[in-house]
Amino acid sequence: MKLAIEVKGLRKSFGGQTVLGGVDISVAEGEIYALLGPNGAGKTTLINILTTLVPADGGSARIAGYDVASEGGKVKQSISLTGQFAAVDEMLTAEENLRMMCRLSGMTAAESKRRTEELLRRFDLSGAARKRVKTFSGGMRRRVDLAISLVASRPVLFLDEPTTGLDTVSRRALWDIIAELKASGMTIFLTTQYLEEADQLADRIGVVNGGRIVAEGTAAELKARVGGEVIELTSEREQWSRTVATTGSVQDIGRVLNALAPTLPPDTQVTIRRPSMDDVFIALTHQTSEVSVS
Amino acid sequence: MNPTLSPLNPPSAAATNAVFIRRSLTLSLRNTESLLMAIILPVMLMLLFTYVFGGAIAPGGDYANYVVPGIILLCAGYGAATTAVDVSTDMTNGIIDRFRTMPIRSLSVVTGHVAASLARNLVATGVVIGVALLVGFRPNGTFVEWVAALGVIVLFILTLTWLYAAIGLVAGSPSAASGYGFILLFLPYLSSAFVPIDTMPDWLRGVARHQPITPLIETIRGLLLGTPVGDNAWIGAVWCAGLILIALVWCGAAFRKRAGRR
Repeated sequence: MKLAIEVKGLRKSFGGQTVLGGVDISVAEGEIYALLGPNGAGKTTLINILTTLVPADGGSARIAGYDVASEGGKVKQSISLTGQFAAVDEMLTAEENLRMMCRLSGMTAAESKRRTEELLRRFDLSGAARKRVKTFSGGMRRRVDLAISLVASRPVLFLDEPTTGLDTVSRRALWDIIAELKASGMTIFLTTQYLEEADQLADRIGVVNGGRIVAEGTAAELKARVGGEVIELTSEREQWSRTVATTGSVQDIGRVLNALAPTLPPDTQVTIRRPSMDDVFIALTHQTSEVSVS
Repeated sequence: MNPTLSPLNPPSAAATNAVFIRRSLTLSLRNTESLLMAIILPVMLMLLFTYVFGGAIAPGGDYANYVVPGIILLCAGYGAATTAVDVSTDMTNGIIDRFRTMPIRSLSVVTGHVAASLARNLVATGVVIGVALLVGFRPNGTFVEWVAALGVIVLFILTLTWLYAAIGLVAGSPSAASGYGFILLFLPYLSSAFVPIDTMPDWLRGVARHQPITPLIETIRGLLLGTPVGDNAWIGAVWCAGLILIALVWCGAAFRKRAGRR
């Protein structure tokens, strides 16, 4: 298996504050890897290092086999980045933005025109091609942004919080596009703070907190780490709810319920369900007592 | 889509610059307010200095001839100041990260803004000269002298624009860039642009004489109106060359430093 992204012991501090404290990640070619974590966990810093924007303090990172620190030029020819903020010229039209990026990728005027038309069609932007991006909705802007990233067909795509701030419909549309890109063989590294997004899109998920990968695996594996079944207790009258992880065995669930019953409000209802990514996230990043029952 | 190294070769430096120059020119043309100011301001300043201040400064009525070179440089100053804001806007917006992750020399984005500033300011210069001719400017330069004067103006615009570009790169935000930019706009007032240096107090004469605007003004005046140029031409050229060099080094360093911080 060839690795598209190989990160070993990556460290970065800003002014004495450690942002990345030794990160190891391997992403195979054609895989979608989601880096999941709360704000300030170091997600964007990691993307910035992997895309050559910021130098690391220690450790190494290779993209498509090229070292990020010493072979930046080759790395840049292997990647494209869609950053957290839509990187488009608002005063230019969608078409002009795309053509400019085609030219900057080394295409001739004729190639740029053809590729631009192709991408406008593919991203359902043909109707708005001649309108300034300034007038676009958030979802359309994101589509222009993503279209620009695909101008030069680079093998590795970085998406920094691609759906933050989008409505549900736009988010789903973007997910479909990302799934299509994966089907075409692209390696995609994305960051997100939405569990559902990581769950839906990623082959593997790395949970990052405080500058470290605290857990890694498929969505199912991560859910399994939390336990077998989750008991959810809610009291409508008291506006109160609590989740408790269990091993999933009848004995364990019974034990938990027996132990808690005397302390619960009289109208408490119980639901038993599979753990969601939210449970995983809270368990791995906050270590609250709610999810770890002895 | 092919998951191998893209077969596209990175564009040449010239092609990259051409793309960014075109981008900045398009952005300049679409920023209507700023474009309108670039044309109205020279007209207003020309009329203001000729009719409001002119009578008091030169009761003889020949102030238009004296003040035109100063107005040209003053307007170039205002026009170039926009560059600081444009550069800062690009640096604080996500677009710079996209350029920097592409296999191109991303500092070219600044070159684009400098070229657009040059174009904008040459238009403004044309407006100043047009209005000046209407209000009594009577130059007697030959064609060659006009070309030389234009060369001096271009040199001045480039010098100032690169300085503003550097300011745009170090400023934390576009509004901060706009604020810092004001400092340079005072230079023309402390020169021989509007009043002869001899009329200033002693302590100010030193400042006025030993700054880049005065030799440039005197050179343009000499070329267009036949006053003695003397050493002013080469002193002005040395000032500009030195300042451009400083600005370029400053831009390069600021660009790299800024990059590491984000």
